[in-house]
Amino acid sequence: MDPLLDPKVPSGPIEDRWSDYKFHAKLVNPSNRRKYEVIVVGSGLAGASAAATLGELGYKVKVFTFHDSPRRAHSIAAQGGINGAKNYRGDGDSVYRLFYDTVKGGDYRSRESNVYRLAEVSGDIIDQCAAQGVPFAREYGGLLDNRSFGGAQVARTFYARGQTGQQLLLGAYQALARQIGLGNVTLYSRIELLDVVVVDGTCAGIVTRDLVTGQIESHSAHATVLATGGYSNVFYLSTNAMACNVTAAWRAHRRGALFANPCFTQIHPTCIPASDEFQSKLTLMSESLRNDGRIWVPKEAGDKRAPGQIPEAERDYYLERKYPSFGNLVPRDVASRNAKTLMDKGHGVGPLENGVYLDFSEAINRLGKKVIEERYGNLFEMYERITGEDPYTQPMRIYPAVHYTMGGLWVDYELQTTVPGLFALGEANFSDHGANRLGASALMQGLADGYFVLPSTITNYLVPQLGKAPVPTTHDAFRAAEIEVNERYRHYLDIKGTRSVDYFHRELGKIMWDYCGMERTREGLEKALAEIPGLYAEFQKDLRVLGDGESVNQSLEKAGRVDDFFQLAMLMCRDALERNESCGGHFRGEFQTDEGEAQRDDEHYAHVSAWEWSGDPLAPALHIEPLEFEYVKLTQRSYK
Amino acid sequence: MATTINLTLRVWRQEGPNDPGRFETYPAPGISEDMSFLEMLDVVNERLNAQGSEPFTFDHDCREGICGTCSLMIDGKAHGPQQGTATCQLHMRKFTDGQTVTIEPWRAASFPVVRDLMVDRSAFDRIVESGGFISAPTGAARDANNTLVPKPVSDAAMDAAACIGCGACVAACPNGAAQLFTSAKVAHLNVLPQGQPERYSRVIAMVDTMEELFGSCTNHGECQEACPKSISVDFIALMNRDYRRALRKNPRLLSQRD
Repeated sequence: MDPLLDPKVPSGPIEDRWSDYKFHAKLVNPSNRRKYEVIVVGSGLAGASAAATLGELGYKVKVFTFHDSPRRAHSIAAQGGINGAKNYRGDGDSVYRLFYDTVKGGDYRSRESNVYRLAEVSGDIIDQCAAQGVPFAREYGGLLDNRSFGGAQVARTFYARGQTGQQLLLGAYQALARQIGLGNVTLYSRIELLDVVVVDGTCAGIVTRDLVTGQIESHSAHATVLATGGYSNVFYLSTNAMACNVTAAWRAHRRGALFANPCFTQIHPTCIPASDEFQSKLTLMSESLRNDGRIWVPKEAGDKRAPGQIPEAERDYYLERKYPSFGNLVPRDVASRNAKTLMDKGHGVGPLENGVYLDFSEAINRLGKKVIEERYGNLFEMYERITGEDPYTQPMRIYPAVHYTMGGLWVDYELQTTVPGLFALGEANFSDHGANRLGASALMQGLADGYFVLPSTITNYLVPQLGKAPVPTTHDAFRAAEIEVNERYRHYLDIKGTRSVDYFHRELGKIMWDYCGMERTREGLEKALAEIPGLYAEFQKDLRVLGDGESVNQSLEKAGRVDDFFQLAMLMCRDALERNESCGGHFRGEFQTDEGEAQRDDEHYAHVSAWEWSGDPLAPALHIEPLEFEYVKLTQRSYK
Repeated sequence: MATTINLTLRVWRQEGPNDPGRFETYPAPGISEDMSFLEMLDVVNERLNAQGSEPFTFDHDCREGICGTCSLMIDGKAHGPQQGTATCQLHMRKFTDGQTVTIEPWRAASFPVVRDLMVDRSAFDRIVESGGFISAPTGAARDANNTLVPKPVSDAAMDAAACIGCGACVAACPNGAAQLFTSAKVAHLNVLPQGQPERYSRVIAMVDTMEELFGSCTNHGECQEACPKSISVDFIALMNRDYRRALRKNPRLLSQRD
């Protein structure tokens, strides 16, 4: 075992591990909890649920968000649903099946014990959210409704119209607001983390910048929790919100936290295709649409007829044809790659030939327009607004887009990074989804980490610190980090070049999409690794950020984020190059089966690649955590 | 290639809360009709940056109409001319060639301008903190299917809970009142069985906090028209009814009024 990477996985039968762990974990006496200070960065599902729960338990919590309100975090945009192994449908679901589906869906690149725990608490999350008043969809008898999602043959997804993320986040935000009102949690809004401070090998706190006044400040605590989301925006165009960034995770990485599987990124198959070069982001249409929509392209390449004029016999419902048992509900990576293959062969539809059809006419005929409107009304409306086309009368056009990043900060079973005292939750960590995340599992993981896992695991770190005060923010390490941050931001303003931050971000995104996107090759990745440093050097020489650092300056904020994306991009390409296999979202052109499916190499790559910062973004050091599979049998994934 | 239009923008510029502020005029030629309104602003800002003028600040994030970060009074209308649509989902095909478009921040005393088009809406958080929740400590919940929620009740709760907290209702209100926002949260929680134990204390706390921070409602109904999620003013009626009931159920509250 790599000395840096002790996963701290409990032993024994998998179904007992989490209970055993909790029984043996150290406990903090309720009256002692107020003696501990905890910093939570990020207020999405993971951050808000963790901060609310820790506050409620009695810890002194500070929660930081760079938004104006915690409710704006990007978890809010998740549409389709959240999985819970409740087996309310009596269709054969169980904790074990959710565990199995998740490991398999992740193409066998996740840690069994973590995934089992996730499945185990999934039911508690549904109970918790229902108790908070999350208005989940109901049946006429008043019981909860479910739908099915990609990669599963049972209906275990709970939902609130097409706004499940919004409703779950509001639930967590309201729980957090309650703790803020009670004075257990202090809220810092429009404050961005810019550095993590490590003293004597443990995390002492953070350095932040006030986005309104530009003031740089330090905050210290007994423990720091990062719940700062994923890094899809390294591709410039993604379904993430404009401000989503990697800075918190990246700064932690530079201070000693290992970054795991950075090349595991997910491309979501159902997004609205880009319409022009000014496009600032891509909009996702929930995967739940694949429950009732049928995906097809014209059989004839280059067929320019309107969809309604193409007769049934001349349409290729390619997912139903190739994968009869899962049909349109194959996992995301499979659906995306098939769309790309057909588009590359000239079957793309729409003005830019950059889409495939998602057709509801059959479902509308079968169920009636009213039912479809009830299920997907808001999504159809959104599609209509963006494209000016009516999906009730003509099929939607969809295209894959970067959506989620499975990679992230390496964490052990306790969600602690390789820097003691620094924890990572939700999308910011790498832990549960392996090489591909199943639909409706991101919300589940964020809330599992925040409500149920961290509050039980953080105690092992806190207990030995009883009676010790946090490192004072007057400590030299804090001073030095503040100076560094100040200089970095001063520097962006001082370059006074000719190109905007967006220019560099867009160019970086193009390189990443072309060479580290849906399909990667050795040649392409080497090309990217040759091109990115050149563009990065230009960024450092020719950037233009106007204004000052003492008031709101959105270009300046973005400069710091894009700077970190550059360094991350190099690591992602490095990681993709090193992993000589295809698995889940990581598809290497050289490694595929005769049928064009991902070809894993379990002998050499059944492991987590965790990278250590060396000071040179092109030369990180690789550490390996081998993955052991005691319960799930490794097979070539088949959804046929 | 999509059709393009030429616009003139009048944009509110204000250095900070204490600056009186002013309009600046910027030409915006060659705008593609497929762009969203915010992408159009991106383009104008990129051009300003290229000319060496500082871009203007505006709030935005998800650009999918759900996070509630974007705002903007567009020609005097909160979120612009299209009903039931947040600024980020408004597209340029709704504008005509040669048009002059006036862009302002939310105008409400409770939402002070931070800079240019960005305002401070934290007063909304204060209302939620005062009572906009169901107290449900983590881990104490019973099985979700043990609480039956009739579908029409759940649907009504969801209609109210769809609020994105953008503040358009306050900006559109001649009194700068926050009744629509507050009532949406009150109604979401007060109609559900899970929300019953705190129903009356919740409405009292939230309404009182709202009255402290915002103007008062005089039933203009502008809020409903401006709401990007088309939330109904009926929820205000529900909130008022619960507020009155709450006072009756606990007369001590009446004597505690100042």
